[in-house]
Amino acid sequence: MEKVVIDEKPVEAARGPIAEVAGMFVKSHAAVVALVVLLLIVLAAIFGPAMYQIDPFEMVWAPFSPPGEEGFLLGTDYLGRDIMAGLLYGARVSLAIGLAAALMSVCIGITIGALAGYYRGWVEEVLMRFTEFFQVLPTLLFSMVIVALFGASLEVVTIAIGVVSWTAVARITRAEFLRIRELEYVMASRASGAGNFKLMVAVILPNAFPPIIVQAALMVGSAILFEAGLSFLGLSDPNVVSWGQIIGSNRPYILDASYTVTIPGVAIFVTVLAISLVGDGLNDALNPKLRQR
Amino acid sequence: MQRVGYAAILLFAVLVLNFALMHLAPGDIADTIAGDMGGADAEVMAEIRRSYGLDLPVWEQLIKYLGGVLHFDLGYSFYFNMPVVTLLLERVPATLLLVVAAQILAISVGVLLGVIAARQPNGMASHVVTLIALFGFSAPVFWTGIMLLITFSLWVPIFPVAGMQDVTIDGNWFERMLDVGRHLVLPVITLASVFLALYSRLCRASMLEVLGSDYIRTARAKGLSTREVVVKHALKNALNPVVTLAGLQFSAVVSGAVLVETVFSWPGLGTLALQSIIARDTPTILGILFFSALVVVVANLLTDLVLRMIDPRIRSSDS
Amino acid sequence: MATQTILEVRDLTVELATRDGISPVIDGLSFEVGAGETLALVGESGCGKSMTALAVMGLVPHPIGRIAGGEIRFGSEDLVAVGEDRLRDIRGNDISMIFQEPMTSLNPVYSVGEQIAEVLRRHQGLNHKQARQHAVELLHAVGIPDAAARVSTYPHQMSGGQRQRVMIAMALACKPKILIADEPTTALDVTVQAQIFDLLRVLQRETGTAIVLITHDMGAVCELAERMMVMYAGRKVEEGTVDDVIANPRHPYTQGLISCVPHVTDDPSAERAPLVEISGIVPALRDFGADQCLFAARCRQVVARCAAERPVSNDFGSGHRVACWQAEVAS
Repeated sequence: MEKVVIDEKPVEAARGPIAEVAGMFVKSHAAVVALVVLLLIVLAAIFGPAMYQIDPFEMVWAPFSPPGEEGFLLGTDYLGRDIMAGLLYGARVSLAIGLAAALMSVCIGITIGALAGYYRGWVEEVLMRFTEFFQVLPTLLFSMVIVALFGASLEVVTIAIGVVSWTAVARITRAEFLRIRELEYVMASRASGAGNFKLMVAVILPNAFPPIIVQAALMVGSAILFEAGLSFLGLSDPNVVSWGQIIGSNRPYILDASYTVTIPGVAIFVTVLAISLVGDGLNDALNPKLRQR
Repeated sequence: MQRVGYAAILLFAVLVLNFALMHLAPGDIADTIAGDMGGADAEVMAEIRRSYGLDLPVWEQLIKYLGGVLHFDLGYSFYFNMPVVTLLLERVPATLLLVVAAQILAISVGVLLGVIAARQPNGMASHVVTLIALFGFSAPVFWTGIMLLITFSLWVPIFPVAGMQDVTIDGNWFERMLDVGRHLVLPVITLASVFLALYSRLCRASMLEVLGSDYIRTARAKGLSTREVVVKHALKNALNPVVTLAGLQFSAVVSGAVLVETVFSWPGLGTLALQSIIARDTPTILGILFFSALVVVVANLLTDLVLRMIDPRIRSSDS
Repeated sequence: MATQTILEVRDLTVELATRDGISPVIDGLSFEVGAGETLALVGESGCGKSMTALAVMGLVPHPIGRIAGGEIRFGSEDLVAVGEDRLRDIRGNDISMIFQEPMTSLNPVYSVGEQIAEVLRRHQGLNHKQARQHAVELLHAVGIPDAAARVSTYPHQMSGGQRQRVMIAMALACKPKILIADEPTTALDVTVQAQIFDLLRVLQRETGTAIVLITHDMGAVCELAERMMVMYAGRKVEEGTVDDVIANPRHPYTQGLISCVPHVTDDPSAERAPLVEISGIVPALRDFGADQCLFAARCRQVVARCAAERPVSNDFGSGHRVACWQAEVAS
């Protein structure tokens, strides 16, 4: 079939790249709503504990008080601890570990992907085999082993998540580097005497960022899910509250007080959903193919 | 053949990693045994270390460890009081059953939804696929499991919510199989929900691309029915990326199975892993890590075979 | 025409939904195909040649496009009015089609034999074994060496020329009354092009199939076709025997097309009009329905009437029809 020639729309007034991306992002209503929800969650995590001064570990009322009764908005758990307080404090842990682990895995992934995509040859071969090795290991089990062997502190949990989650970033970074390193402006920079390090960090990397940023956003969501899984299993720092931990510790009583697991689960769900919708919005905004439409 | 060799190298790497973890971790077997005995003096500790070869140079220990694995020896579990391999072989079938059943369910329903959605890119089915995808990506799998468990214990008690079989049933093999099947329903649905989302989304995109291709136009120009065009000509091409992804997801499915097993008390590697971690039973933990990697590697090899069956271009690319 | 007419298109209009609204990409098109003849459809990309073919096949891309009016009479039936089931019986059986891109027009996951046999099973009711056997014969007929072995090879193991031969075998498997060939050689090497044209000619002689050849290659037109129809922006601008049109093009657009390839005039020593350059581009889709001559913006002989009225098609004798207000003056 012949290609139908569709004429272009009048070119919009030139804008900066950031304004353009922001414009595309705003066009996706779901992403904007998700961003607002996400901001509210972040604000709650930052200021919530200060405004809602109840210790999440303290027994404040009779156990299993259902939500909405006797002043405790979301009820109490099997030890009579306030679930609302648990949610607010837990938000800090979930978001902090999610962010830190995602940042860590993005750094590892970019480094490995960039080296593989830039140097190619045996470097690429070795690094990609290394990446495949991590793809074969069931990540959660590997993290469980690390936590079991090195202790369940927040640092270990963060590292345990970070070191197993970087493979997707590495693959994307490598693909982008392979593509960009052949482009004219990289050739030009090389010809004008830029060294390997400068080419990688200052020339190629900034241009490889759009898909990496999208992946990084999604990483935060999956790291939060990951942390929730570990703490659900009881493999996280017992001295801090997190959402998964609330679910895990109340699990024996779910048939009597289902709200104790439903509520923190909804918190995880909404947070991760908001992050992935924001990620999708970013994807649409940063994808040059879509932008041309 | 080359792939089998490559898989062997991967497994070897897992073993080396296991060994390294064992040595990097604070404390060793002697500490564990001493802990069990309620404390021991330095001389006894040294004796224990010597009897386990812990006084040898690290590389000799590594060779001993690898040699052991070749003879199906992954060490001894002091907590369960049996060789790790025996212990694992008891538990592997349950996990395998769960993982394979979940993959089959996720792939078949995911492909079905993807195909229906691709036939009407803006229709109802497409919205359903989007919703399932959002839920599957965002809901923690253990929470989905708990929600199903609550629903099916309190309101619709038609499926058992814990364990793998009812020990009170004393029927023939068919009745026992049926019983295991009933126990399998909820864990499999829970585990499949995550991957169903992934596969249906990919299948929809892949079908949309294939349906717009030249050879589909050729198939239509031949006068084939819509069914033949979609199922015979389009789907077989669209399956390729879905199968590839399903192969890559195997390790994630095993990870998910750990959580799902815990929720539904499914007697597989996942529940065993948690037990052995709580008991600080290092040989068992590392054995599980190795076995799960083995499951993934074998699954990947099988995925390659399936891809070969679907796509003649892969067949001829390396023959 | 002396021969019997087997396909008659009357006032066909195909509309395509674009961002700017609905455009008639085929606008009131009428033409006929006689049994066993070869008709060439000529014109630039985007003029509606391929869409015409798809409309005849009942394959206008849904839901972006639809047949908005007119009829396509094939035998005693109107293909616009018959249902999808009947169209499926006709496609690949009575009317079949080969495409521009042999590299991507065959399904990569089935053997070429299976793809040919499939048509035979569908339309001729052959069983698997018979269809397979016949597929070998067809492959042999289209000049694939060692057909019995090649029947189980896959498309990616064949060259572009061989793949197009397979497409032809598939299209002619049921001895159709009409074969629509949409730029069948554009993607192929020059030597292979000649072979494919030879093959089509030989097979046409054997089967008596009428060929509708879609092309912008004037050389192919002269070599293969008896009659030709020139299209511009979804409309027919000129039609006639190849000899008439090439020797005496009456529409300024046809004149431009032909002068682009000087060697096609049959008498090299004859006086030739100076090369006429066609400047400008095909109008945008949103202007397609306008009641004027759509070529006016590019035409050197344009007069006021061209922009005000849609030109009507006039017969200049022996079926040579031209839609141009200036045609008589120009000749």
